[in-house]
Amino acid sequence: MQPIDRRSFLLCAASAGMVGSIRCLAGSPAAWPAAASPDDSRYRREAQFYQKLANRKIKCKLCPRECIVGDKERGYCGVRENRGGTYYTLVHSRVCAAHIDPIEKKPLFHYLPGTLAFSVATAGCNVDCKFCQNWDISQSRPEQVPANYLPPQTIAALAAQNHCPTIAYTYSEPAVFSEFLMDTADAGHQAGIRSVAISNGYLQDEALRAAYGKMDAVKIDLKAFSQGFYRDVVGGELKPVLDSLVTLRKMNKWTEIVYLVVPTLNDGDQEFRSLAGWIRTNLGGEVPLHFTQFHPDYLLRNLPITPVSTLERAKAIAEGEGLHYVYIGNVPGHPGQHTYCPRCRKVLVARTGFEVRQMLIRKGGCPFCGQRIPGVWHS
Amino acid sequence: MRKGHLENRREFLTGCLAGAAALACGDGLLQAEAMRPQPREAKSKVVVAHDALLRRSGAGVDPARALALLDRAMQALCAESEPAGCWRKIVRPGQRVAIKVNTLGGRGLSTNVQLVDALCERLQSAGVRAQDIVIFDRDTAEMEHTGFRIRTGGNQVQCFGTDRVGYEDSLSRFGSVGSRVSKILTRQCDVLINVPVLKDHDGAGITAALKNMYGVIHNPNKCHPNGCNPYVADVNMLTEIRSRARLHICDATTACYEGGPGFKPQFAWHENALLVSADPVALDHTAWQMIERKRAEKGLSTLEADGRPPRYIATAADAAHRLGTNDPRRMDLSEVRVA
Repeated sequence: MQPIDRRSFLLCAASAGMVGSIRCLAGSPAAWPAAASPDDSRYRREAQFYQKLANRKIKCKLCPRECIVGDKERGYCGVRENRGGTYYTLVHSRVCAAHIDPIEKKPLFHYLPGTLAFSVATAGCNVDCKFCQNWDISQSRPEQVPANYLPPQTIAALAAQNHCPTIAYTYSEPAVFSEFLMDTADAGHQAGIRSVAISNGYLQDEALRAAYGKMDAVKIDLKAFSQGFYRDVVGGELKPVLDSLVTLRKMNKWTEIVYLVVPTLNDGDQEFRSLAGWIRTNLGGEVPLHFTQFHPDYLLRNLPITPVSTLERAKAIAEGEGLHYVYIGNVPGHPGQHTYCPRCRKVLVARTGFEVRQMLIRKGGCPFCGQRIPGVWHS
Repeated sequence: MRKGHLENRREFLTGCLAGAAALACGDGLLQAEAMRPQPREAKSKVVVAHDALLRRSGAGVDPARALALLDRAMQALCAESEPAGCWRKIVRPGQRVAIKVNTLGGRGLSTNVQLVDALCERLQSAGVRAQDIVIFDRDTAEMEHTGFRIRTGGNQVQCFGTDRVGYEDSLSRFGSVGSRVSKILTRQCDVLINVPVLKDHDGAGITAALKNMYGVIHNPNKCHPNGCNPYVADVNMLTEIRSRARLHICDATTACYEGGPGFKPQFAWHENALLVSADPVALDHTAWQMIERKRAEKGLSTLEADGRPPRYIATAADAAHRLGTNDPRRMDLSEVRVA
């Protein structure tokens, strides 16, 4: 993380203090309960994507799950609630995580390399990946995690003050806070700040076009290339995610794909081959694909870290299928982190971990052979 | 992945300790009997107790009659002539007792305050200190809205929601479920008495004893797909719940047969009854049949025909769970009335 200014520091300190006080209470079984939590009306907005049904029920139209939610109940994501037949998001401006990250951490490798992203999240997610690294916020309800009130204009201002050209909606699943995301993207654009979403791509078409239409780039976590994995490990479906990728392509939205390689569950040669073939056929060979290393967490703590050799095998297969920009992630120092010119094979962007050591792309092309390199580059 | 699979040595040891604790605190009591594999001839007792005069001419529940109804139900369950004898089978002096109510339905369709007051009175009569009793649900504001008086500290019965103290940081697991459990349950409770409400449920079919445990985990929203099956059964298998749950008193003073779990007056009725059992599966099966009878009376289709039979009840009884029985031949159903 980069050093931050006084205001940002105070915000973070307040947040940390909140965490501290809650942890302190939690650590003492004899402690009596704290006072009631404050009214959360400032975080509540009517949801944008839903349909009213009879008997005060609603059908959520945000993601393909299409939760039918009765009065006083919440959808699967845990952050949208039916109150008397009207569906509300409970997480507008309710930021439970805010950090300044390198854009490479998202990862977005063909998007303003070496810049910072003011990264925010709310609680909630519309899937339940058994390997989630951020399950403590993604699988919680908003009232269960400490949060700060950070309205869109404040986030845009904080991004600008901290020299972040981009706001990233990340850590949990931005689809579930899409109203907040759209308002913040608008505020950011008015201040000259771009926006990127780091998403699972599990959205309905209308919501995807509305929310991610406001993004300057999107990274999609394609969790596997089998419906079985999506059903058993993710709690979702593969096809809507593939549909989202195609839609983003049609929208001409810069998109990169991450595939977390989980040992024994989605690491077969044929799956890598099918995945790469589908990308080449439906999205083209220039879409960056990141094979990243799995680390045991949440409900998948019984599996080992992905061997680097598996990631290298996946990369070789994908390149063999015609993808030009295939990366290896979560392995600091691996040469598979660099961007190579697909024609002359020279290193154009050299990376170590999240640090960009060398950036040679000029005017969107290779300085050695003139090959065009797709992406969003510095003007 | 295999159901109930223990991930590592630490979890294995934790599980052993929890299991030992459960056995240590439950000896000789109702729940310990319910948890052991039942001999073939053993039956799960379910008592349905009615009082036609529970409400005084359109007013709320009469506290004295609520106490009498509870006593009648417990005496039938425990085969005791006096209430004190019943409660001595459930709790011991010095134990901390948590009463899980259900207040999601608001004032119209939540656990009855007079019933819980009667329960607290009997627990204290059995030697449990007032300050060792905590009435809880998920959310303090919902409890207050329903009529529960929030109380924290002092030598009185405690009453507040998990939102005041939070959930454990670590995950508890069984099968498809990975959840953080209410600290009220894990840190302030030796014995759990479950006091749900008899309700129709738009996703699960019905909600009574088993599903009320969704109110002690942090992520119930993740447990609603597929008619809550197998999630309801899996949640009830969590060690923190299973080792403490001893008695289930389903409040059917007001119930609903359609449109639940929220309160819709057009679908509610005054059954003026309690369902009591140490076996939550047998109780839920009985509750299901009551709702089906009321639906038939109102000309509605069965829950099966409506596409939402409560399949989780059978799952809770299967070999992987053994939380009780859903076989009517293995139930001892007793109906009693307050004169």
